[in-house]
Amino acid sequence: MNTLLAITGIGVLCLLFEIANLRKAIVPFTVVALLGTLGITLSDYGTVHSHYNNMIVTNNFSVSFSALFIVLTIFLVALSGDFYRKTEAKISDFVSIKIFLLAGAVAMVSFGNLSMFFLGIEVLSISLYILAASQRLNIRSNEAGMKYFLMGSFASGIILFGICLIYGAMGTFDIQEISELTGSAELPEWFFIGIVLLTIGMLFKIAAVPFHFWAPDVYEGSPTLTTAVMSTLTKVVAMAAFYKLLTGMNANISYEYEMVIMVVSIASMTVGNIMALRQTNAKRMLAFSGISHAGFMLMTLLNITSSAGTLLYYASAYALAGIAAFAVILYVCRDKENEDIYNFNGLGKTRPVLAAVLTAALLSMAGIPIFAGFFAKFALFSQTIKAGYLVMVIAAVINSIISVGYYFKLILAMYTKDSTEEATKVPVVFYAVGVLSILINIAIGLYPSFVINLIK
Amino acid sequence: MDVSIILILLLAGTLVTLFSGKAAGKVALAFGLLALGASVALLTKFNAHQNIGCLGVWMENPQIYFALNGDGLSLAMVLLTTSLLPIIMYSTFGSEVKNPSSFYALILFMGFAMVGTFLAADGFLYYIFWELALIPIYFIALNWGNGDAKERQKAVVKFFIYTFAGSLFMLASFAYLYTKAGNFLIGNLSALSLSADEQFWIFLGFFAAYAIKIPLIPFHTWQAAVYQKAPTAGTMLLSGIMLKMGLYSVLRWQLPIAPYAAKTFMTIFIVFGIAGTIYGSIVALRQKDLKKLLAYSSLAHVGLIAAGAYTLTVDGLRGAVLQMISHGFVIVGLFFAAEVIFRRYQTREISEMGGIRVQAPKFTSMFMILVLASVALPSTFNFVGEFTVLYGLSSINIWFPILGGLTIILGAYYMLKMFQNVMLGEANPKPFADITFQEGLTMGVIIAVLFFFGLYPKPIVDMITPSIEQILSYTHKL
Repeated sequence: MNTLLAITGIGVLCLLFEIANLRKAIVPFTVVALLGTLGITLSDYGTVHSHYNNMIVTNNFSVSFSALFIVLTIFLVALSGDFYRKTEAKISDFVSIKIFLLAGAVAMVSFGNLSMFFLGIEVLSISLYILAASQRLNIRSNEAGMKYFLMGSFASGIILFGICLIYGAMGTFDIQEISELTGSAELPEWFFIGIVLLTIGMLFKIAAVPFHFWAPDVYEGSPTLTTAVMSTLTKVVAMAAFYKLLTGMNANISYEYEMVIMVVSIASMTVGNIMALRQTNAKRMLAFSGISHAGFMLMTLLNITSSAGTLLYYASAYALAGIAAFAVILYVCRDKENEDIYNFNGLGKTRPVLAAVLTAALLSMAGIPIFAGFFAKFALFSQTIKAGYLVMVIAAVINSIISVGYYFKLILAMYTKDSTEEATKVPVVFYAVGVLSILINIAIGLYPSFVINLIK
Repeated sequence: MDVSIILILLLAGTLVTLFSGKAAGKVALAFGLLALGASVALLTKFNAHQNIGCLGVWMENPQIYFALNGDGLSLAMVLLTTSLLPIIMYSTFGSEVKNPSSFYALILFMGFAMVGTFLAADGFLYYIFWELALIPIYFIALNWGNGDAKERQKAVVKFFIYTFAGSLFMLASFAYLYTKAGNFLIGNLSALSLSADEQFWIFLGFFAAYAIKIPLIPFHTWQAAVYQKAPTAGTMLLSGIMLKMGLYSVLRWQLPIAPYAAKTFMTIFIVFGIAGTIYGSIVALRQKDLKKLLAYSSLAHVGLIAAGAYTLTVDGLRGAVLQMISHGFVIVGLFFAAEVIFRRYQTREISEMGGIRVQAPKFTSMFMILVLASVALPSTFNFVGEFTVLYGLSSINIWFPILGGLTIILGAYYMLKMFQNVMLGEANPKPFADITFQEGLTMGVIIAVLFFFGLYPKPIVDMITPSIEQILSYTHKL
C-alpha cells in the first residue's frame, strides 16, 4: 500500500516540479525517489497486509514483482532525460505518465479484488496509449497510438465482461472469496465463461498468439522508449497479473484449460520466432522475440502451484536483458529515421562497450550460460518436465534454437560489417543503464536461487 | 591446492590480458605457462595419491555443486589443454594479429571454458562450461578469420547454431535426470537405475550434442568450412582441443549414465564412427585447400576415436583417450605447418605450392615427421593410440578393425600425396625462407612430445586406466 501511495506521490511531484520550473531536476529526483520507494517496498517483504477491505493485499508475490517493476522503471526513467531532449512538450509529462503506469502495474500484482485489478490494468493501458502516440507530429506514432488504443480497449472490454460474468456467478469481486467458493460448491457455468474471457483479454495484453497482431506495428511505430516500456515492463506486468489472477481464483485446474495454454504457448513461441527471423527492423524483431518470450512465460502456467519463483526469475532475466538491449538501440537510433539493422554496422569497433552490452543482452535472451536467460530457461524446462509436459519442452528447445538465428543477425552486424558514419558522443546514461542492467542480469545468473526463492 | 587453481589462473589471465594492450601476447603466454605449471604440479600431487578434486555448494535450490573431478582422465585432458594453449599462443607470434588484447584474452577464456568442461563433475556446471567454450571461438573465427567475410559469417553462424542446437538436447536430458536424481553430480546420475526407454532417450539427447561437436557424419557439415575460415589459432583450438570435449564427454557422461543404451546400440554407433573415418579419408583425397584437407583428415581420425570409445572395452577406451591426446598434438602441428607456408606464399591452395624442399630443408623434415606421425608410423604417439583402438575394435567384430584400419592406408595415401604436392617437385620460383627459430621451436616441441609418448606411453596409460575401468564398471553391472 505504501508503495502505491509513494509512487502516485512521485508522479504528482513530477508535475509540480514543472510548475516550479525545476525541470532539470525531474529525472534525477524521480530516480532517487523511486530508489526510496524500492526500499519501502522491500521492507514489506515477508509480511502479509490487506488494506481497504481486501482491495489491496501485499504478500511476497506482490512485493517481489513490484520491486522488479520499480527497478525497470528506474532504468526507463533514467533513459528519458536524453530521449526527450528535443521534444517540445514538457518532460514532466512523459516522466509522470511512466510513474502512473508503474502505479497501475503495482496495483495489477497486489490487488485483492477484481475491481482493483481492472483499475490497475486501465491505469496502465491508458498511460501506454498516451505514450505510444506521444510523438504528435509523427504519423507512425499516431498510427501506433490509435491501433493500440482501439485494440487495447477492446481487450479491456472483454476483460471487464469476464469480470462481470464472474461476479454474476460468484456474487463477489473479492478473489479470496471467489477462491473459497470454487473449492466448495457446484460452479455455475458463467464462472468458466468469465475465466475464458478474462484469459482472452490477458493473452491480448501479453501479446500471445493468436492475439498478437497489434504488437509488431505498435512496437515499430511507437517512440523507441515507449517500445522499451511495452516490451519489458508491461509484458512482464501483464504476465504476472495473469498468473496472479489464475492462482488467486483457483481457476486453471481443468485439463482442457492447460491444453489451451499449451497450444497458445507453443504457437506464440513458434510464430514469434519465425516472424522475427524475417525482420530487418531491430524494434520489430524485438517485438516478435517478445511474443516468443511470452510463449515461454506462459509455460509457467502449466505447473501453476509452484512456478511463481520461476516466473519472477524469467521475467527479471528477460526484462533486464530487454532494458540493456533498448539502451543500446536508443543510442544507435538516436537521430535516425528508422531502426533498421544496418544502423548497427560496425558498432563493435566504434563503441565496443555498447556493442558488448547488446551482445550480452541478446545472448541472455537466446539462453546462453552465465547470463540469467539461460538459467531462466533451464528452470522453466525442468519444472515443465516435472509437470509431465515433455512435448512442450521439446517445442521450447527447438524454438530456442531458432531464436539464435535472429539474435545473431544483430551481433553479426555489429562485429563484421564496417561502420558508415562517425561515432557521436555517447551520453553517460546509456553506459550506466546498459552496463548496470547487464551486471544485474549476470549476477542473478550466477546466483539464481536468490531470486527464485523470493516467492516460495 | 586443487584443480580449481587452473581455472582461476586462466580466468585471471583473461582479465589481465584484456587490459594489457600491446604486450597482450606475452602476458597471455605467461598465464598459459603458469596454468601448465599448475597442472604439472597437480600431476605430481595426483601421482602421490592425494585428492585434487574439489566439491563445494554453488546453489541450494536447485541443488548445484561446484564439483570438479580430480581423476586421471580429467587430468590427462587438462594437461592436453594447458600444454597446447601455450603452443597455440606461441605459434601466433610470427604473424601480425590485429587487436591483440581481445584476441589473446579470448584464447585464454576459451582455455578456461575447455578446462572447466574437462573438470566439471556436476552436470549443470559442465553444461555451462560446455556452452561457454562456444562464445570465444565464435568471435575468434568471426573477427580474426580469413577469406570472404560473407562466407565466413555463414560458416561461423552455422557452426554456432548447429552446436548450440545439439547442446540444448543435452540440456533437456540433464533436466530430466535432475528430476530423477535431485542433483547433477556425476556419481549420483550414473548410479540412477533408469529404464531402457529412459536410457535410450537420454543417450540420444547426449548424442545430439556430442555427434555435432566431435563431429560424426552426418553431423559434420559445419566442420570443414569453419576450419578453413577460422584463423589458424582458432582452427588449432577447435581441432586440437574442442573436438576432444565431445569425445571426452562420451566417456565421462554418456556411457556411465546410459550404459544399457550404449551396450544395446553399440554396433550402430561404432558404424557411425567407422563410416566417418572412411568418408573423411575419401573426401580428404579430393581436397585442393590444405586446411580443408587437414579438416577432413581430422574428421577421419575422430571417427575412429569415437568408434573406439563406443566399444565399451578397456582397450577401446584407452586407445580412444591416447588417440585424443596424440591427435591433439599432431593436428596442431600440421595446421601450424600450413600456417608457415601461408606466411610465405599467402595461399592455401595445394596446387600453388610445390618445390619447397629445396629451399627449406629444416621445415621439410619437420613437416615430414608430422605427416608420418599423423598416419600413425610406429614409434610415434599416434601409432600407440590407433593400434590400441583397432585392437579394442577387434574384440567386438573383426570387420571393424579391418574397415577402420583403412584409415591408416587411406591416410597414408592422402597425406603423402599432399606432402608430395606441397613440398617436393621442381624448385618453386617463389622464394621460401626456411623456418625461423620461433617456428622451429613450436614444431620441435610438438614433435618431441609425439616421439616421447610414442616410445614411452606408460605414464599416460597408468594415469587414465583407473578412470576408464571405473567408467566401464557401470556397463559391467548389466
